Amino acid sequence: MKSSRFDVTVLTLGFAFLYIPIVILIVYSFNASRLVTVWGGFSLQWYQTMWSNQGLMDAAWVTARVGVLSASVGTVLGTMAALALVRYGRFPGRMIFSGMIYAPLVMPEVITGLSMLLLFVALGVDRGFWTVVIAHTTFTMCYVAIVVQSRLLTFDRSLEEAALDLGCPPVKTFFRITLPLIFPAVIAGWMLAFTLSLDDLVIASFTTGPGATTLPIKIYSQVRLGVTPEINAICTILIALVTIGVIIASISTKRTELRRLQDEHLALRTPA
Amino acid sequence: MAKTLGPVKRKFSPWTDPSAVPFIRFENITKRFGNFVAVDNLTLDIYEREFFSLLGPSGCGKTTLMRMLAGFEEPTEGRILLQGKDIRGVPPYRRPTNMMFQSYALFPHMTVEKNVAFGLEQDKLAKGEIAARVEEMLKLVKLEDFAKRKPNQLSGGQRQRVALARSLAKRPQVLLLDEPLGALDKKLREETQFELMDIQTNLGLTFLIVTHDQEEAMTVSDRIAVMDKGVIVQVATPAEIYEAPNSRYVADFIGDINILEGTVMATDSGLGAPGAIRIECDGIQVAVDQECQAATGDKVAFAVRPEKVRISPDQPADTSINAVHGEVWDIGYLGDFSVFIVKLDDGRVVRAAQANVSRLVDRPITFGDMVWLTWPLDAGLVLTR
Repeated sequence: MKSSRFDVTVLTLGFAFLYIPIVILIVYSFNASRLVTVWGGFSLQWYQTMWSNQGLMDAAWVTARVGVLSASVGTVLGTMAALALVRYGRFPGRMIFSGMIYAPLVMPEVITGLSMLLLFVALGVDRGFWTVVIAHTTFTMCYVAIVVQSRLLTFDRSLEEAALDLGCPPVKTFFRITLPLIFPAVIAGWMLAFTLSLDDLVIASFTTGPGATTLPIKIYSQVRLGVTPEINAICTILIALVTIGVIIASISTKRTELRRLQDEHLALRTPA
Repeated sequence: MAKTLGPVKRKFSPWTDPSAVPFIRFENITKRFGNFVAVDNLTLDIYEREFFSLLGPSGCGKTTLMRMLAGFEEPTEGRILLQGKDIRGVPPYRRPTNMMFQSYALFPHMTVEKNVAFGLEQDKLAKGEIAARVEEMLKLVKLEDFAKRKPNQLSGGQRQRVALARSLAKRPQVLLLDEPLGALDKKLREETQFELMDIQTNLGLTFLIVTHDQEEAMTVSDRIAVMDKGVIVQVATPAEIYEAPNSRYVADFIGDINILEGTVMATDSGLGAPGAIRIECDGIQVAVDQECQAATGDKVAFAVRPEKVRISPDQPADTSINAVHGEVWDIGYLGDFSVFIVKLDDGRVVRAAQANVSRLVDRPITFGDMVWLTWPLDAGLVLTR
């Protein structure tokens, strides 16, 4: 089918709307001029100053640690929640439990952040690194639960029954059979949780304290004093990281698909 | 392809021996799921080395019964004895039964070899012993060359054999087979049925198979239990089930049969055979030489298998009994057999099957012919249930 001029126009406008701001950000991160809106030639100097900007680097390190910790804890909890929801049929309070798992998805971040803040104040906990980790764990675990739950719904339970039948106790069956098979979903959940934690500004700013400034908070506070090319540089690096992640993910799914097709051909070619 | 046959089958019938101790005993088993009664106060004995089938339509409770033996479900009431011991509360991973699943349930992330070894690893056997047993099992199912493959690199028939090897590897006291051949095509299914029988005889194991395929049950089993709505209607050898079904349900479920509803006129018809029963079926007089509980005046069904009905254009000498007249309505040519569908003068339909013993293409009897159907005294059956 020939694409009409209309289609091409719409597509171009759509992509332009999505990507021009990002392209501008990347281009200006290589700007030699200090002024954000004036092009002064190509330069890598902002990447150098970024490395020596201690505040920015500290924030990046805090964000990375918060992301890894909260995503990992959230993945364990979320996977357990998904198992409970899918496997244990109708236990008392199932509806409430499943509602409570999904609530953070639709809850405005401001409310989640504020309620966390009130909780920490009420408990007399000093806000800082660990309070951000706890807050991020609570809101990322529901995303993990959803991703893992959808995988578990299509999981053939007779595989677990077969393992039990062959003499494998339930806990071992989970680690030998169930977990390896749902692992891609668990990893996807972890990556989603990590990304959500990485770019969260609202909840982090409610629950953080002195000495635990995350990157989004740092960027936001610096931008209020004026956009510097350094910010452009660190944002470009973030974009690069995310892009590489997406590319790796799509290549690996392509590969698995390709392998599945090859396996099917192999099965067809061999006599029964 | 030359086929090597297993040893000649011995006559095997422990169920006729009153002193024989059953290997598996289901005792007054009831299983309810909410309000639904899946199995209803069922009692059944299965003997060692028996190849036993549970046969019935879907939803008759046969799979539930098997799953209770495997330990995936617990009976609501009653108890299951395995070698005389009550196995209530014993989890599936501690039961001496292994199951071959309908979906095969092969572990997709393990090779064929690993799949077969899985159960042996759970028993903490020595590495060398596991390897030897896996090799032996793969040889048994003729898959030695496929040990390193993953399940999705195998065809349906090969997967089925891996599943069989895996469930046999632990040498279970009882092997449970849940619709094991359902996914195979007809030819492969027939071959596999005979392989299963050979394996069962050679290993001397007790097999319990669940199936809705009556031909499969007839081929492989020592005995069959025909189930309906959670109860067993009849337990008997394939031949007894076919030749002497105890009810309309069994007669109709197994094979093809003509059933005519009627009333018992006399329990001693004086037709030469002392026990013969005479039945009137709306104007058709039939007689059956059969010992039967029916008394004069009882409403019963008369049943006769099509292959026992003789079809002929000529009028028989005696038309008063076991003879009906009608028009050939349709002919089903099955190759080995032809089935004649005959519409009687009063509109009822009786089928007669005739073996095609000669290679004649022009059959002497064709559509629209007026024919007589007759059958001997010992061909028919009286069904009181």
